[in-house]
Amino acid sequence: MSNRRFQTQSPQNPPISTLDEAEVARFDRLAETWWDEFGPMRTLHKFNPVRIEYVRDHILRHFQRSGDTLTPLSGLDLLDIGCGGGLLCEPLARLGAHVTGIDPAPKNIGVARLHAAQSGLPIAYEEQTVEALVAEGRQFDIVMAMEVVEHVADVDFFIKSCCQAVKPGGLLFLATLNRTLKAFALAIVGAEYVLGWLPRGTHQWDKFVTPEELEKALSYGGFVPLDETGVVYHPLRDQWRVSRDMDVNYMLVASTKS
Amino acid sequence: MSDQPQEITQDMVVVGGGLAGLTMALTLKRAFSGALKVTLVDPHGLDPLPVSGRAYALAAGACKMFEALGVWDKIEAEAQAIERMVITDSRLAEPVRPVFLTFDQSPQSDQPYAYMIEQDHLLRVLQEALRLTDLTVVKTRAGHVETLPHAAVVALEDGQSVTTKVVIACDGARSPLRQAAGIGMVMHAYDQSGIVATLGLERDHHGVAEEHFLPSGPFATLPLKRKRCSIVWTERNDRVKHYVSLSQEEFVAEIEHRFGLRYGTITLLDQPRAYPLRVGIARHFVKPRLALVGDAAHVVHPISGQGLNLGLRDVAALAETLIQALRLGLDAGRLQVLQEYETARRFDTLVMAGLTDTLNRLFSNDLTPIRLMRDLGLGVVDRMPALKDLLIREAAIRNPAAPKLMQGIIP
Repeated sequence: MSNRRFQTQSPQNPPISTLDEAEVARFDRLAETWWDEFGPMRTLHKFNPVRIEYVRDHILRHFQRSGDTLTPLSGLDLLDIGCGGGLLCEPLARLGAHVTGIDPAPKNIGVARLHAAQSGLPIAYEEQTVEALVAEGRQFDIVMAMEVVEHVADVDFFIKSCCQAVKPGGLLFLATLNRTLKAFALAIVGAEYVLGWLPRGTHQWDKFVTPEELEKALSYGGFVPLDETGVVYHPLRDQWRVSRDMDVNYMLVASTKS
Repeated sequence: MSDQPQEITQDMVVVGGGLAGLTMALTLKRAFSGALKVTLVDPHGLDPLPVSGRAYALAAGACKMFEALGVWDKIEAEAQAIERMVITDSRLAEPVRPVFLTFDQSPQSDQPYAYMIEQDHLLRVLQEALRLTDLTVVKTRAGHVETLPHAAVVALEDGQSVTTKVVIACDGARSPLRQAAGIGMVMHAYDQSGIVATLGLERDHHGVAEEHFLPSGPFATLPLKRKRCSIVWTERNDRVKHYVSLSQEEFVAEIEHRFGLRYGTITLLDQPRAYPLRVGIARHFVKPRLALVGDAAHVVHPISGQGLNLGLRDVAALAETLIQALRLGLDAGRLQVLQEYETARRFDTLVMAGLTDTLNRLFSNDLTPIRLMRDLGLGVVDRMPALKDLLIREAAIRNPAAPKLMQGIIP
């Protein structure tokens, strides 16, 4: 189905995009509440530290940097795809990275720009797609697409574009939801219907991606995973932690085969 | 160190230059190779403070913490190791006091159970260490904190203000910042006061600390360097005034009556002072951009000697929370971050407050059945190594969930 979708695009069209219009509209409605840590995005705020730690630790290791400074990522160009309200961009900018955040939803970019200005953080937000950046030939030391893959129309093409946006020797981070029955039970029935953590309709199970599918998509872009980890929720501590269990939420970091 | 700038923007502001505040400021200056911008607000700044005559037992975790902060060597020079603890329970008139519980050195190491240290020395060492950092010191009082979405503004009494991400209130049991923030305190005042004094002894105490549970409340002698000891003598309020106003000879006679004569002639080295005993806990430890630490968050009955140790544990836990947030580039003043500190400390504090309150009620009692029960209780504890070990570990605040700093690691 996805292949048919691009084949219908004529070469004259503006940069081919993998985004799904209905998905953009859905997040656009949420934009104003992005930064309320006890509001509809509470789960994402709770989830944020564990993914930042993962990204930070792998960047420090890969680029051989010391973590004992307030700005260990200084000088690194970083692209956050599907940046939403800037929940990942701001912390990474505080750690010293030159951050570019892109999102196809104008309202998200509006929220993100406003918040970064209030926080005094120089982040470049663009209402843009990764495909468009690649078409312009722009590249970054680090590219991240966190909790985005499960919302795109064509996973293989999207991942390939992500790979092309990474400078030689750089890193690509991906985080998404696995297409398992457990993920259906926890991420959709549990999080959206029972607990009400996420608005209903946030996720569609058939768009979830297995690690194998992601690895295959990465290989088309010439990338291999360096590390993969699951992320699980501990209800008693109300905390997310990395885990070997990749059945529901998982993250990976990849680079070019060397 | 710089003095009184006009308008300052800081990462962290510590309000209060007592033991908790100074330790907090030093911990923050030790992280990230000193890169955090920290301001200390206190009317005395880092000037020498008036003599207090108070002494504290530093538990193992607190010692480890000072070691990690690089000040333990200087503290240790004036620290008296408690090699042995003796706990007795008796009526004052009884000539022989049965010993119910003895603690020798802590069971798993050759470390002493705790160290006795005088507050004045501890403050001096911490102030000295901070003078060597680029800590900003503002010599005034903090009025109130205005919370903005992205920062907090601390209004100072001299008309200046400091803008910061996080305000750490270490401003004592009456904490003006806590009151200004509208955080209530659940408080219970006892009908007791603690009389504190320093004694000179003719014979050496050999590092023995004693706690005699007398009907009016516990009477503790805590060994200090150079053949001295600190006493904490708990008495009912109606008698306290009488005791503190006694002449030197009369006071010493009262001490001997409780203490015995085994250390030879006793001399009184300072003016006895009385502190009303209270136990209390703040309804919240945090608000957006504000965290309460030490006595500002909780006061406990001094019976278990845990007031300072609890405060230092607050410092360690809050420092770990803040530093971890900064490592992840998070805004450390956000409520979600600060709540981690509250969660980490509240349970511990409630347990300790409850425990010391129960101990006090149990021991400040002259009813025979209760005395019999607690005598049996302590006797049983002494015969069960595992339980005793747990008690010691609790008393020494050394458990696996201890904050990193209390394990000797800068978080």
